[in-house]
Amino acid sequence: MDYKELAAGVVKSAMKAGAEEAEVYVQSGDDFNVTVRMGEVETLAQASAKGLGLRVFVDKRMAFASATDFATQALDDMVKTTVQLAKSASRDKHNGLPDCVQSAVPELDLFDARIADLPADQKIEMAKEAEKASFDYDKRITNSEGAAYGSSSGTRVIANSNGIMYSNSGTDCSIYSAPIAEQDGQMQVGSYYSWRRFMDELESPSAVGTEAARRTIAKLGGKKVKTQKAPIVFDWSVGALLWDSVFGALDGDGVHRGMSFLKKKLGKQIASPLVTLIDDPLMPRGLGSMPFDGEGVLTRTKMVVEDGVLKMYFYDARTGRKYGEQPSGNARRGFSGLPSVSPTNFYLKPTEKTPQDIISGIKNGFFVTDTMGRGINTVTGDFSVGASGMWIKDGELAFPVQEVTIAGNMLDMMMNVEAIANDAKFMSSVVSPTFMISEMTVSGK
Amino acid sequence: MKPSSDARPDIQSLISREQVEKVLSEAMSRGGDFADVFVQRRNSRSIPLEERKIRSAEVRISQGVGIRVLSGEKTGYAYSDSLDPKSLMEAAKVAARIADGPDVDVPVRVASSAAPDYSPTLTPAQSRPVKEMTALVKRACKAAYDYDPHVKQVSVSWVDIDEDVIVANSDGLWIADHETLLRIYVQSMATKGAISQMGSFGGGGRMGIEFFDTLSPEDIAKESARMAVIQLDAVPAPAGMMPVVIKNGWGGVLFHESVGHGLEADFIRKQTSLFAGRMGEKVASDLCTVVDDATIPNCRGSYNIDDEGTPGQRKVLIEKGVLKGFLTDRLNGGLLGMPLTGNGRRQNYHDYPIPRMSNFFVAAGESDPEEIIKSVDYGVYAGYFSGGQVDITNGNFTFSVTEGYLIEKGKLTAPIRGATLIGNGPDVMQKIVMVGTDLELDKGIGTCGKDGQGVPTGVGMPTVKIAEMTVGGTGG
Repeated sequence: MDYKELAAGVVKSAMKAGAEEAEVYVQSGDDFNVTVRMGEVETLAQASAKGLGLRVFVDKRMAFASATDFATQALDDMVKTTVQLAKSASRDKHNGLPDCVQSAVPELDLFDARIADLPADQKIEMAKEAEKASFDYDKRITNSEGAAYGSSSGTRVIANSNGIMYSNSGTDCSIYSAPIAEQDGQMQVGSYYSWRRFMDELESPSAVGTEAARRTIAKLGGKKVKTQKAPIVFDWSVGALLWDSVFGALDGDGVHRGMSFLKKKLGKQIASPLVTLIDDPLMPRGLGSMPFDGEGVLTRTKMVVEDGVLKMYFYDARTGRKYGEQPSGNARRGFSGLPSVSPTNFYLKPTEKTPQDIISGIKNGFFVTDTMGRGINTVTGDFSVGASGMWIKDGELAFPVQEVTIAGNMLDMMMNVEAIANDAKFMSSVVSPTFMISEMTVSGK
Repeated sequence: MKPSSDARPDIQSLISREQVEKVLSEAMSRGGDFADVFVQRRNSRSIPLEERKIRSAEVRISQGVGIRVLSGEKTGYAYSDSLDPKSLMEAAKVAARIADGPDVDVPVRVASSAAPDYSPTLTPAQSRPVKEMTALVKRACKAAYDYDPHVKQVSVSWVDIDEDVIVANSDGLWIADHETLLRIYVQSMATKGAISQMGSFGGGGRMGIEFFDTLSPEDIAKESARMAVIQLDAVPAPAGMMPVVIKNGWGGVLFHESVGHGLEADFIRKQTSLFAGRMGEKVASDLCTVVDDATIPNCRGSYNIDDEGTPGQRKVLIEKGVLKGFLTDRLNGGLLGMPLTGNGRRQNYHDYPIPRMSNFFVAAGESDPEEIIKSVDYGVYAGYFSGGQVDITNGNFTFSVTEGYLIEKGKLTAPIRGATLIGNGPDVMQKIVMVGTDLELDKGIGTCGKDGQGVPTGVGMPTVKIAEMTVGGTGG
């Protein structure tokens, strides 16, 4: 089925049914996932899925519907229901599609044809290899939650009554291992994954398995430390937690409604001068890259925080109109949800330093490699999470720590960023190199 | 009788038994031990409100079929969002491949079973026009603003769901079920000077709009606004080890995370739970009895049948501190040689079932809740929580306290902000020193996530005192 044609047809029939503006978003794709455990395949799942979301505006009132059944009768019924449904919503003069016209879409190299061609046996083999590498790393690895290979390919189409018609396709693939280590009756699980759009950029199964095991073994024998204030180093694998929360606090609508600890901060110093945050949807092969957003706005690269100074808030079509700003091109969505402002490739700019450079300069501090829970309040800026990792003594990793919390206020945390490393890995839509905060409260014994 | 709106066509008209029998035969054709088919149609409506405006009116319809084949410890899974015979047979072929054997002909005949009806619904939300729901949402919004002049932002969300399923399997089961679910949730922000604080509260269950006969939209909104306003005067939470008293009701989520997940049979089979191999042993204080009960009428975590077609049940898992049972699904229960407890659940037809909790709670004890607070010289009283997580292998868990107070000399004093509780499940279970008489279930807002699948769950507990726990704040 040609989904562009389908989308255009549904837009047309919505307009005919009484919509003043209409937008259709279609997603389709294939998923494959294999998990292995103790050397044997445990689950093998494979499917093709599709779905369609329809947004209509009638008298500046908005309604939304989604469906997985593309039969003509079902879609006709959906269109009629949705146009009727709009009457139940409130009128908002800022409602409506973005004021955009059809333009050329940049090619971002997001689709790897190799992924679909890879035989199932090889995918299974990769998952098995990853798990085996975890077991081979150390004899204290005695069990496994499993290892996995997964991949997907998908196409999205957006069409609206302003004449927008965009489509793009992407792939991704991942390898994962979660071994369990045992020592003195204590069990620890750790994990590591590699996730990319292209097969040739994926870390090897054995590298993934080895790193997973290294992280797991490092947790053995963890203990509580005394409650104290100390410098904190966030490993690259957990640092994104802070920047993800910062992104959440930069949603322009929340900011203007007073619901963010970063309100009234535009143009002000909100972080140490070392901190530069960038949102780059145009990164070739980027996992979070997208040439157009979920409302059909073409995306662009944005300097969000430059040398610690806040440069922008994020808006979608409605909130941009409301506050006199351009939409940022960050409206993300699936077919069954409304677009909402989200990070694309949002990252803390790395420096030249190695993580080792940072750790070796700390007399007494905490290198956090895992966090737990999410005690993060973007209204107040309060940040408090469970943490485990290694205690730093005289510039060396001294002993494993677990069952403690780290707490602070996010504004203080950002102002107190004292060092940033060079080890950012672009494996999610929020990315951080290892970095250090000069002081937080560690709560333990 | 299960009432249904006239507009709702019978799900059994979507797909015939003969068709499903053929699909099951195909699924078994490579020598699998067992196959099942899960047909689902879900109709959900959402009504978000912000800034006193109904932001949109939304309807989501999904339907599809999941096909699973078990072979030893292996699972093959495929799904289709088309119900046409060709797509179903293709999905069955894909799932069948998990078993590697030569082609075999396995005729399957299914016969109807009847599902229980634990949650009779009087007036299903979807039998009423959207306008009635927007009116309820607006009433909640008004009540939150009216509660206190410091309330500056209110958002309300409404979701009602109507769901039909059929489960059929190679053992000959054919069972159809229908469930409803509704949920209203109110978030309030109060502001005084430079300080803003959030409060949130909600409710719902497997019932119709008769839910509001016992808890009105205004009641829910006021509780949300109250929490936001009270936090305006909150002081930073203390840091360190101290006694913690947990309020009855929603606090049960702490035991859901720290104990409940470790009792799920997949973790037991893989020996990744610290409860593995400890059946009959003392794992908690004598005061501790925990129960999982899918049969409580109209509760959010209840269900008539699980997503493998097994009727929901009530199970005592820990009795006076002694481990009595695990939560099983077909795969893990079968491999462990344990009976089915009706806990095989999935988010939707995209997912295969895994062991999950239903309504999980700590049973009532004998202490007067007021006496429990009076017994603490200095500590923390935790009312509501969010953001919980657990590590099954060692039982470590964390929670953020969204409403909490200092306890000083046996009395609740200042509200506290930014507190995280961190502990170890089995350790905390041993340190339960007082259990209140006031068992309460939560009001019906919880969704539990595991392996990327979210399912509605209920939690509950009486007021409980834990002798000592780490509180992670920034204060002294």
